[in-house]
Amino acid sequence: MSRRVHVATFDNGHELVAAARACRRRGLQIADAHTPHPVHGLEEALGLPRSRLPIVCFVGGFVGLTLGLAFQHWASAVDWPLNVGGKPFSSWPAFLPVAFEMTVLVAGLATAAALLLRSRLLPGTTPSSFEPRATDDRYVLIVQERDATLAAGELRALLLAHGALACREELSAEEVAT
Amino acid sequence: MVPELAVPRPSASQVPPMPPVPTVPTVDHEPLIGGGKTIAQVTRDVCAPIERGPTRLWYGAFAASSSALLLGVLCVAYQIATGIGTWGLNRTVGWAFDITNFVFWVGIGHAGTLISAVLLLLRQKWRTSINRSAEAMTIFAVICAGLFPVIHMGRPWLAFWVFPYPNARGSLWVNFRSPLLWDVFAIGTYFTISLVFWYVGLIPDLATLRDRAAGLRRRVFGLLSLGWNGSARTWARHEVACVLLAALATPLVVSVHSVVSTDFATSVVPGWHATIFPPYFVIGAIFSGFAMVLTLMLIARKVMRFEHYITAKHVGAMCRVLVFTGSIVGLAYLTELFTAWYSGNPYERFTFLNRAFGPMGWAYWVMVGCNVVAPQLLWFRRVRGDLRLVFLLSLVVNVGMWFERFVIIAGSLERDYLPSAWSGYRPTLVEVGTLVGSFGLFLSAFLLFCRWLPMLAIFELKGVLPTTSQPWRHGAQA
Repeated sequence: MSRRVHVATFDNGHELVAAARACRRRGLQIADAHTPHPVHGLEEALGLPRSRLPIVCFVGGFVGLTLGLAFQHWASAVDWPLNVGGKPFSSWPAFLPVAFEMTVLVAGLATAAALLLRSRLLPGTTPSSFEPRATDDRYVLIVQERDATLAAGELRALLLAHGALACREELSAEEVAT
Repeated sequence: MVPELAVPRPSASQVPPMPPVPTVPTVDHEPLIGGGKTIAQVTRDVCAPIERGPTRLWYGAFAASSSALLLGVLCVAYQIATGIGTWGLNRTVGWAFDITNFVFWVGIGHAGTLISAVLLLLRQKWRTSINRSAEAMTIFAVICAGLFPVIHMGRPWLAFWVFPYPNARGSLWVNFRSPLLWDVFAIGTYFTISLVFWYVGLIPDLATLRDRAAGLRRRVFGLLSLGWNGSARTWARHEVACVLLAALATPLVVSVHSVVSTDFATSVVPGWHATIFPPYFVIGAIFSGFAMVLTLMLIARKVMRFEHYITAKHVGAMCRVLVFTGSIVGLAYLTELFTAWYSGNPYERFTFLNRAFGPMGWAYWVMVGCNVVAPQLLWFRRVRGDLRLVFLLSLVVNVGMWFERFVIIAGSLERDYLPSAWSGYRPTLVEVGTLVGSFGLFLSAFLLFCRWLPMLAIFELKGVLPTTSQPWRHGAQA
């Protein structure tokens, strides 16, 4: 779905956060913000929900631990029980190092995979960028244009009053994730 | 597309008031990054070595390191073609140079993980100038480490036998009770997680490089940066993912070298069979790793002209870590001696007397001198401020920590319980060549990294500049 957005460019993160807050106070929806580094307070200003990656990480770790312990038990005590120095077949304390490493491995890989998939960071993706300097020294605020909330001129004035260097309208093909 | 409309900035009266400058003096006046850099300058400075191409010094260093690597390749090829008999090992001393090198290189890696993970969790901002290259160092060091056990197998093409895969022998599974197998999992996980952590941190900086480049370079960085655009949502997830990966990597710092130490501690060889081994190895690993980080960083700041980013403050912080961990290593040496005496076990007592005064006593005193005595100089501010001296000390610690592993491994095996089994050990040229080759591999990989990838974490540096991290500074400087 294509839609019209206002793209405001800032040269620092503090003004970007203030502008985002002001826009939201006026009932405008912020489509996104592109910044060269994580800006402190931007998540709150945009009203982003908490990331659920910790859940993925925990589940991954739990799966790794369970698989690690279960496989070692099965291989050492069920599939081919071998007497190693008279130790019990299922000598679980000796299985802990490998189980721990499997926990960390699966949790880490799951977290990284979830990050990349959820953020659609995949090889060959063309970045949807409004300002090439957004990875260098420009902070970009993308405000969704809506009828009846604020006239375009008023929105421009609001953004410029908050320190925007430039403000322009654009068509965007990007969906707004809510 | 609607043309961009540049408008003069509004007057001060329209700008919301900035918070007042705090009058309370802070302890730390000196900024972390020198030279009053803006974020655009950070981008330029870090990308410059990649974009302007290598210097003559780089070519010289790469020629030297790749020659060393070639020597190593030849030695390993000769050894594999001929057999392990080309090494100085014998029936008493079954582990010597190769396992020493393995433990040495694994240890080097630990500082990278400590800097990138533990210091991230502790919110130590000084890590931002060194974490990227320290993580790269970890990855290359673990590669060097992993090669030695594989070469030692004699038939490295069968290295996959260490993995529990369904096979035509029964399936005969690997022995999950063996510390050598724990090593496989510990090193494998350590390498994988370090690589993932490093790459996830690299993505935003690869995007920065992509947006500055053209042609083939742009396509390559475009492919590697996975379409990163700096979206606030992605940043939020990225930050959470980095903290999670750091939290996962932190126990790895402790677990990997603990597992390596159990290779020795679970055996009954006197001098190895000690409960102090896991913490002793971990702290030694961090100690040696920080020494290697210092060595590399002091070269890099000069060669890559990063003097404003790797400042006296960073060097000072690393020196403090070095003197702290070095002192703990010294304490561990004393504890070992005390335990040997207090145990009343004649074999343990003999082992430690033999270490200090036996045929390999010289190696013991090299170890004590380099690891315990020399770093004590770093208590002095004047020593910490003299970068040439710090560089020299970091090399001394590297040498000392290599000897520590050599003393533990070869020294203990030479003099076992039975005098009839006693033996000596001398490395052959093939073994020395392989060690030189591993340094060649490590330095070649590091030089290629400096050439192609951002050595400093651009986005993290931007976050700790005075203008971005302290809102009130912005008003003062604008």
